[in-house]
Amino acid sequence: MQIAYYPGCTIKASARQHEGAALAVLRALGVELREMEEWNCCGVVHSLTSDNLIRHMAPVRVFARLREQGNNEVATLCDMCFNTLARANQLAHEHPEQIEAMSVTSGGELNYDGNSGVLHLLQILRDRVGWAKIRARVRRPLRGLTVYPYYGCKLLRPSEIGIDDPETPAVLRDLMQALGATVVEGSLQTQCCGAYHVVDREELVAGRVAATTAQARERGSEAIVLSCPLCHFNFDTLQPQASAPLPVFYYTQLMGLAFGLEPGELGLDAHHTDLLPLLEQHNLIRPKGGPA
Amino acid sequence: MTITMRAGSGPDELLHKVEVLSEQHLANCYQCGTCAATCPLAAQMDLLPDMLIRHLLFGLPGVLERRTLWVCVGCESCTDRCPRGIDVARIIEALRQIRLQDRGDELAVAQLPDAARELPPIALVASLRRHTG
Ligand code: SF4
Ligand code: SF4
Repeated sequence: MQIAYYPGCTIKASARQHEGAALAVLRALGVELREMEEWNCCGVVHSLTSDNLIRHMAPVRVFARLREQGNNEVATLCDMCFNTLARANQLAHEHPEQIEAMSVTSGGELNYDGNSGVLHLLQILRDRVGWAKIRARVRRPLRGLTVYPYYGCKLLRPSEIGIDDPETPAVLRDLMQALGATVVEGSLQTQCCGAYHVVDREELVAGRVAATTAQARERGSEAIVLSCPLCHFNFDTLQPQASAPLPVFYYTQLMGLAFGLEPGELGLDAHHTDLLPLLEQHNLIRPKGGPA
Repeated sequence: MTITMRAGSGPDELLHKVEVLSEQHLANCYQCGTCAATCPLAAQMDLLPDMLIRHLLFGLPGVLERRTLWVCVGCESCTDRCPRGIDVARIIEALRQIRLQDRGDELAVAQLPDAARELPPIALVASLRRHTG
């Protein structure tokens, strides 16, 4: 299976370990993501007002490039890119006149009809690969490891483009269970982490992160598993100092471990919180300097 | 006796602008407070989303000066859960846009701390987009 791939800026910066782990895991499942030859920033946030067409230009341009490169479907790992692209796609589909207006201001180069598919990696895993095949690929089940899946906003809302039920999502739970992990859940799984407030209102993010990690701990979780590179940064760097932080994993890293892939491919050391002690405790990696 | 809830034409005009930009009809709100109850950042707001709508409808002054406009991160929990189908996130985005057009940018790139360079690009771009016109 081959799918065109839009990485987005953050996957190439602070979330490189997520991309590395994703590509390794997909290789093991026989899926190839082919990076678009040319791409630009998606614009990150979907503009919500009626007279701000210019802000839809960036994602629409991504689709125009996709078409030029002969593709009709694009995959992404980043939740924010996914949300922005899927909404721009929907806008183009429902309001061709707005794309037309944008095209006129940009010298007529933007032709796009809104008929491409946008796929988040979690949708590929659930809907194309399937849990059965993933379960069958597991070599080292995550037995005994208890995780709290965190969804945040952009995967689920608005529901017209969300990949799962916005109130009771299941995709991360089902994936973790396929890998053999124990899953605990709670009401804060789908509540925003504070997102871009990390830039200049860090205390807002710290408050959300503290509440969510407290709930995860209370339920008996040993780690947070998530998808979004911005949520990841926030949970990885802004947990309260009072107790040892909960390790924060991308789901792709836990997949790689369960598949028995080389830990070196999974970027386990690229985090602020130390992931290794927990993995050693559950015999998921060999202790440093220990017997081979 | 006539009771006038609005002082002059200003607030009416603001309500109209918000309705056009957000494509929402604010009078549909029946003030159930679900939006406020669901908002993860409500504790940091100086006017809860349901109150914000009420203030706009009554033409009360000062809505554009509220911290709520900048605290709202656009997570759309409120939008998703409003039983009247009101897109509250769009209403707040419209207010931000009106404020930015009136007063200019809220966040100057030059003011960002050095540490901002370590941040994920999506954080920086999203923040800039929400704080600049
Ligand atoms: S949830 Fe909807 S109807 Fe209820 S107060 Fe908020 S905007 Fe009004
Ligand atoms: S979109 Fe804004 S007001 Fe609505 S729940 Fe999220 S932060 Fe609160």
